[in-house]
Amino acid sequence: MITYLLCFVLFLVGLFGVLTKRNIIKIVIGLMIMELSLFLFFALIGYVDSGVAPIIVKNMGKVKFVDPLPQAIVLTAIVIGLATNAMLMAIAIRLYKKYNTFDIRKINSLKG
Amino acid sequence: MDKLIPLYIILPLGAAFLIPIIGRIVKGFQKAVTSLVFLFLVGMSIKFIISGVNEPIPYKIGGWEPVNGIPIAIYLVLDGLSVFMLCIINLLAFLSGFYAISYIKKYTAENNFYALFSLMVAGMNGVVLTGDLFNLFVFLEIAVIASYALVAFGIEKEELEASFKYQVLGGLASLLILFGIGLLYWNTKTLNIADISVIIKTSAYNKFLIFSELVLIAGFGLKAAIIPFHAWLPDAHSSAPSPISSMLSGVLIKAIGIYAIIRLFFNMFAVSHEIAITITTLGILSMIIGSLLAIGQWDIKRMLAYSSISQIGYILMGVGIGLMILTSGGNKTIAALSIFGGLYHLVNHAVFKGLLFLSAGAVEYRTGIRDLNKLGGLAGKMPVTSSSSLIASLSISGMPPFNGFFSKLVIIIAAIQGHYYWLAAIAIIISIITLAYFLKLQKNTFYGKASDKINNIKEVPFTMCFSMIVLAVLCIALSLLILPGIREVVMEPVVNAIINKADYLLIL
Repeated sequence: MITYLLCFVLFLVGLFGVLTKRNIIKIVIGLMIMELSLFLFFALIGYVDSGVAPIIVKNMGKVKFVDPLPQAIVLTAIVIGLATNAMLMAIAIRLYKKYNTFDIRKINSLKG
Repeated sequence: MDKLIPLYIILPLGAAFLIPIIGRIVKGFQKAVTSLVFLFLVGMSIKFIISGVNEPIPYKIGGWEPVNGIPIAIYLVLDGLSVFMLCIINLLAFLSGFYAISYIKKYTAENNFYALFSLMVAGMNGVVLTGDLFNLFVFLEIAVIASYALVAFGIEKEELEASFKYQVLGGLASLLILFGIGLLYWNTKTLNIADISVIIKTSAYNKFLIFSELVLIAGFGLKAAIIPFHAWLPDAHSSAPSPISSMLSGVLIKAIGIYAIIRLFFNMFAVSHEIAITITTLGILSMIIGSLLAIGQWDIKRMLAYSSISQIGYILMGVGIGLMILTSGGNKTIAALSIFGGLYHLVNHAVFKGLLFLSAGAVEYRTGIRDLNKLGGLAGKMPVTSSSSLIASLSISGMPPFNGFFSKLVIIIAAIQGHYYWLAAIAIIISIITLAYFLKLQKNTFYGKASDKINNIKEVPFTMCFSMIVLAVLCIALSLLILPGIREVVMEPVVNAIINKADYLLIL
């Protein structure tokens, strides 16, 4: 249980970063930390104590398998995360070129 | 017929893949192919609606049959609700894409625009069709990543800032949704929506389930821009190119926000009365605060964006009242009426908000101005734009005989019949406020005296006019949905798909 709690703490650390940091790169890093904590959470869900990789071979007897579905989910989610992070970073670079700053307080042409 | 279901995803996805390759060589390929694809999909949806989807049609990807009653394949499920949503999404996609043929000449990179556009629609179609939670997350990400790029399409200061805000909050929403899915999988060891529904029904009350419900409300609420989560919407929807604004406001927030909430909370969870109250409260808050914020705006598209928040509140209120009545064991016909009102308002909002954004885009296309103070007197110079915008404004503020009147009427009648008198009163007052700010928009844009700068302008090109005229006709034609004979054919399967929870389990 303690590992799940630590995982949730990591999620909150990322959320704290997104909400309080003013540098846009640090905001992106906060989002990445949240994302990684969720990947960890999925990996933990699939973990079975003393389980082995779920590959069926002849004469294997009675063994415990780990749950392979969360692993497949994490792989897919990592690829999606790559796309979102690349997109965020591309916009961050463009923003820097337009405003000459990474400070979120100075990027404020939209109001109301 | 069920073999046709994957076409909803394959065709736009294929178009998104082919456009950047072939579009470079063949001139006009991108415009022709998107228009044809979406027109074909609209036709297919209408055929499904007419033939009547009374029970869900499953499609198992890869053809994997269930083993011992446990579903293995990823399911695509076409039922009354999803075919209804598909029809709206593809109709608005066709009209916005057709409108963009002239509009997009302002920008370079037409191929990229149409490729991203098709990708976004493919994602939305996928969200609406899928019967698997993680697959829903994947399609949702396809749709929103494409929309992040489309919001930033102009790559000016404002567009980039709006896109960044949208991405940070959208990313947060996606992570919350993924977290909710993880919690559900942890509890039930399955991802199939129907299978989860069966397991939840048989298992005992569980704190984790309540927690995952709340996390999912926050996640999908952020995507749907319900009030405490609305900060990104006015920026993103007003900065995007106009056809995209009309897609975002018209269908994206509904397909990935409202639809997902309806599907999960009606068909999957065994919802408690408290959750139903939470959903309705969020709807009422969005309705009130969205419209109050909209009055003060002087930018056309920002005003429309705030008005979207308010109208989303109406839809959520209609659906929420239905859920409250169902969970407190009330009269099922009143719940059905209320849900019918919510969904009817959903299709109406897609039509008139799409039209309003397109006509705002037409004004911006000719004058280059979005500030209400500097516009005026366009009614004589742009007759098609001004009359279609007038129809949409009257429709959204609930004037008979336009469609908005009937959907609001149904919601209010349902609220009164369910003894929620306060909610009915609030809905009427907000409708009057809506009329106030749309009169402000009409007066400052199309009537009064034109300033010298915008004296010699003319009507927008044919493709833009065509889309606006079709939507304006739909604003009037959709009022027919209230008529008994038509309502049974079109809306009955939709409402039944939501109310009869057991029907959805037939796919297993």
